[in-house]
Amino acid sequence: MIAIIDYGVGNLFSLKSSFAAIGADTVVTGDPAIIRSAEKLVLPGVGAFGDAAALLRRNELDKLIKEEASTGKSLLGICLGMQLLFDYSLEYGRHEGLGLIPGSVRPIGDYIPQGYKIPHIGWNALHFPAGKPVSPLFRHIREGDCVYFVHSFCGTECRESVIASAEYGAELTAAVAHENVYGVQFHPEKSGDVGLNILRAFCAL
Amino acid sequence: MITKRIIPCLDVKDGRVVKGVNFLGLADVSSPVKLAKFYSGCGADELVFYDITASAEGRALFTDILTEVASTIFIPLTVGGGINTVDDFDRVLKCGADKVSVNSGALRDPSLISAAAKKYGNQCVVLSVDAKRVDGQFRVFAKGGREDTGLDAIEWIKSGVANGAGEIVLNSIDTDGVKAGFDLEMLKAVCDVVDVPVIASGGAGCIEHFKTLFHSLPKVDAGLAASIFHFGEVSIPDLKRELAADGITMRL
Repeated sequence: MIAIIDYGVGNLFSLKSSFAAIGADTVVTGDPAIIRSAEKLVLPGVGAFGDAAALLRRNELDKLIKEEASTGKSLLGICLGMQLLFDYSLEYGRHEGLGLIPGSVRPIGDYIPQGYKIPHIGWNALHFPAGKPVSPLFRHIREGDCVYFVHSFCGTECRESVIASAEYGAELTAAVAHENVYGVQFHPEKSGDVGLNILRAFCAL
Repeated sequence: MITKRIIPCLDVKDGRVVKGVNFLGLADVSSPVKLAKFYSGCGADELVFYDITASAEGRALFTDILTEVASTIFIPLTVGGGINTVDDFDRVLKCGADKVSVNSGALRDPSLISAAAKKYGNQCVVLSVDAKRVDGQFRVFAKGGREDTGLDAIEWIKSGVANGAGEIVLNSIDTDGVKAGFDLEMLKAVCDVVDVPVIASGGAGCIEHFKTLFHSLPKVDAGLAASIFHFGEVSIPDLKRELAADGITMRL
């Protein structure tokens, strides 16, 4: 069973439906006992980093997620959920993250040239870093496949962990992995068959 | 690079797709779920559902349908029609919509845009505008294009974006239904004043019209159409392939 961690941020309907579509058994929960008993964890999230991090701390889910990740359990952060895996974010002030993946989160505007619209919203192609084996998360998709993005901030100082990027006037971090912890900036639950194939690969990790 | 988007639009009344859909090989052409699956399989980049129901019963059916669509297909969904309050946003977002399109509701109460943007984020709020040339001006029309509001479309769109609209759908009444191409002049006037995505609507009749749209107005992000897709006059896979071959970034 996969626990989709519910800490009061965003709508988890599509995420749960997309796992159901590939036959995966999920529970949307904030219950520590269920999260502990789950085989894998998904950390979703939309909205502001500071609010989300505060909600995780208020429910003491931050400690629990770190403990569970340290047991080797696979964890997938999605969108803001990915950003929360980093050490800190500079979205409207400095906010501490979970520190599960080395790096930080900064405004896209710091990296891309003028004339590019913010947020980075729409379908964009994934590029895998040269000289690295393709991540098992992408075993069912191909370089150049498109996924759906909606974000104004992005993961930085995380070159070692990048498993995919997207070109938007600059190379934006699209996905990261560090040991058993994975994060995707895009929305696999809104990325058609490519997205479902990424979730399928996560289920099989 | 971000791809240009091709978006079919479905009008739903009392839980069924209306305005004549005519596909070869699709038995139940008025089932929103089957059509959504069909379009998603064809490579549509997003779907727009307009609820044209007037009754409360029809509205409840619409959310049931939306829930079913959102649990079956996994591409971005935009919902419009009958969105007058932040509660209406809530109602359709809970059913799996990603973006909500406002038109008459925002004309009646412009603060709806800022209230919804504050609660759900700008990326969630789509301002849909029906515009037509009147006395040398692009004028906003309400009630499905029947009523001249007297508002200048460019000013209305500028203020909508300033208040938090994250995307604009511009439907030109002048070119709608004529199938002679998108309203490039009106679209350019909008693209010149906003820096959020602009979706062109009204006038597409063939693949060539989409080529002209994206080549002449690089700031347009998407092309939306209904009947030419529904009647199979333009097939989405052919359209996307031809656009890609013509140098336009597409998701294939």
